Amino acid sequence: MTAAQRALPRRWPLLRSGNLHGGWPSAFWFLLPALIGFVAFYLYPAIRGVYISFTDWNLIANEGDWVGTDNYDRLLDDSRVWDSLKVTIRYTVINIVSQTILAIGIAVLMDRLTKSVVIRGIILFPWLIPNVIVAMLWVWMLDGNLGIVNEFLGWFGVDPIRFFTDTDKVIPTLAGINTWRHMGYTALLIFAGLQTIPKNLYEAAALDGATERQMFFGITMPLLRPILALVLVITIVGSLQVFDTVYVATGGFGGQPGGPANASRVIYLYIYQNAFDFNQLGYAAAISVLLVVILLAVTFVQLKLLRAGESDLS
Amino acid sequence: MRKPIWRLIAVFIALTLVAAACGDDDDDGDAGEAQPAPQATEAAEESAPAPTEAPVEAVTIEYWLWDGNQQPYYQQCADDFTAANPSINVEIVQFGWGDYWTNLTAAFASDSGPDVFTDHLARYPEFVASGVLVPLNDYVARDGVDTGAYFPGLAELWVDAEGNRYGLPKDFDTIALVMNSGHIADAGVTAADFAAAEWNPDDGGSFQELIAKLSVDANGNRGDSPDFDSSNVEVYGMGLEGNFGAFGQTTFSGFAASTGFQFLDVNPFGDSANYDDPRLAATIDWYVRMIDAGYVVPIEDVESLGGTTVFQNGSAAVMADGSWKIGTYIGADTPFDVEFAPLPVGPSGSRASMFNGLADSINRSSDNQEEAWQWVKHMASAECQNIIGEAAVVFPAIPSAADIAVASHQANGVDVTAFTVHVDEGTTFLFPITDSASQIEAIVGPAMQEILRGQADAADRLSQIADEVNSVLGS
Repeated sequence: MTAAQRALPRRWPLLRSGNLHGGWPSAFWFLLPALIGFVAFYLYPAIRGVYISFTDWNLIANEGDWVGTDNYDRLLDDSRVWDSLKVTIRYTVINIVSQTILAIGIAVLMDRLTKSVVIRGIILFPWLIPNVIVAMLWVWMLDGNLGIVNEFLGWFGVDPIRFFTDTDKVIPTLAGINTWRHMGYTALLIFAGLQTIPKNLYEAAALDGATERQMFFGITMPLLRPILALVLVITIVGSLQVFDTVYVATGGFGGQPGGPANASRVIYLYIYQNAFDFNQLGYAAAISVLLVVILLAVTFVQLKLLRAGESDLS
Repeated sequence: MRKPIWRLIAVFIALTLVAAACGDDDDDGDAGEAQPAPQATEAAEESAPAPTEAPVEAVTIEYWLWDGNQQPYYQQCADDFTAANPSINVEIVQFGWGDYWTNLTAAFASDSGPDVFTDHLARYPEFVASGVLVPLNDYVARDGVDTGAYFPGLAELWVDAEGNRYGLPKDFDTIALVMNSGHIADAGVTAADFAAAEWNPDDGGSFQELIAKLSVDANGNRGDSPDFDSSNVEVYGMGLEGNFGAFGQTTFSGFAASTGFQFLDVNPFGDSANYDDPRLAATIDWYVRMIDAGYVVPIEDVESLGGTTVFQNGSAAVMADGSWKIGTYIGADTPFDVEFAPLPVGPSGSRASMFNGLADSINRSSDNQEEAWQWVKHMASAECQNIIGEAAVVFPAIPSAADIAVASHQANGVDVTAFTVHVDEGTTFLFPITDSASQIEAIVGPAMQEILRGQADAADRLSQIADEVNSVLGS
């Protein structure tokens, strides 16, 4: 250890240990591309977005004047913002509950029953299809007149179900489609978490005569908690940001995106409408800032509640 | 122990603020600077001696349109244009309708994009308000372009409240009924019956009798029979476009206007809309009753895949649609023969069809506005419009070219006079032009969806939204 390294504060153990071997210049160059990308594509747009939320920015003219908190005042009075938040939350609850339960089930089955990489690959399949194509496929399959699903239901005497054009069914339908698309990926994440649970716990439990059910609730679920917390944070944040599936599936061929009768106008769609249809980028930015605050709060609360940073294994 | 992290973050934010400040400077710089010129690579003919008024270098004009069916024919116009003006090349770029407006918005925001683009009446007032279009008045006056050469009204649509012209007309469209020939023959109905039909919002007139007769339930009973089962319909008398809409171009607008209803107090650029007009509520109520009766396809069945798909599937006997869709109905995608009939005569004593037209506008950030104007002028000329007419993809804005389109269809055994009769008899009304069309669409569209589902009363809901629409127009 050189004198210079010894002089470094204790709290920089990596540098003190001399692992970098004076590699700061190289480290800098390796980090630079990511740093430039981060600043150019995340930090700067984020700060500029906040600035734009205080202006009456016109997207087409690409200019705007400072209007103070006008956009935020308007937002508080705009019932459409709160309606679309309600729609988004309804979507998220249905999507996350169904997706997580199914994903845990698939992950446990993969862990306990098979080691086949082929099956893991197949389970991931829907996740590999682009969202837009998933949405269009389901629009055709679930159509009230021409869809194969209703044809199939018809054989059992079920009247055609208007999955996308019934105001009560459109959100559960969209949530179901994204559950179908994402559950394999979520299952794979949980499956990775299951691999970290020591097998000897199951062996010991089996010797004590525990059933699969007891082992699931007594060993698997508690030890899976940190991974599950992470998965839930990722999926809930992703779910609250749903846009493409809704835009394509409800607007694709004949209707209005967010329809019918605004029943599927999620918050991101409302932001999109304001920015790109109504040409009110300042107001759209203000709603986006609100959404960021909500997402931060949701994530923070979740991490605290689920104690994601701790493991019960140590 | 975490202090260094915070210090790092502080340094980071400071750096970013500096970057943000620089970024602002750059933005201003870019706005003032010339955009990267597409013609840079083409600037080969520098040495050519310049005749009067002709540009020194060959320039390329980028032209955008959304209708892929028209692209080959505008390409032919472009080839002719370049043959006559060797120093101007035209590059045509086509996007689908949705992408088109998104890309155009992005192009305006970044001071780039096409030199010339196909413009729509629902969008151009917002572009005018944002100052991204070139006024054409001086060019028109200088070159003596006769704006009276087009169908009456078309040229005036592109002049704003201050008298600035932002486009030269290229085509027009009207609405008529498209009919499944097999279905109407089965019912013993002819196109002539529809052409003679009368309609009113109270009992639907003879038009309602026709669509009742055309409706067939699963047991083969027709809509005019007492045994007709409205809950189990095989073929609906009339189809619907999925996006019923705020302006109802292919849905309610012709029916509502035949009662005397008008969308705006003044068109173009009115500052108050008439959504609380009882004649509009009566018209929408008629649709609700027809859906209940099983004569009109339920809105839920057409919102997803669209009314055209349902019509092509044979589930509706007639449907109102625009002249730009003629090619779709007589083409291979429609597996049966069709005929066309004009919209019915309403309580006002005449029929009514929305009259809409497209024009070409010039982007203010174009570096070659003079050449862009030459191209706009060419597309608005008889020479180019006759090519479009022969191709018969749309009706050109010049009457003689439109006649060519009608004759061209006639030669193929298709009678499209149902669309032009509205123009010939002067029974058209203009597309309502406001500077907040998309906001009105977002207010009225969903309300219409509620009403047609029976979730709201037409008169109540429409008078509610009338206030909302007027506050948008007034702002």
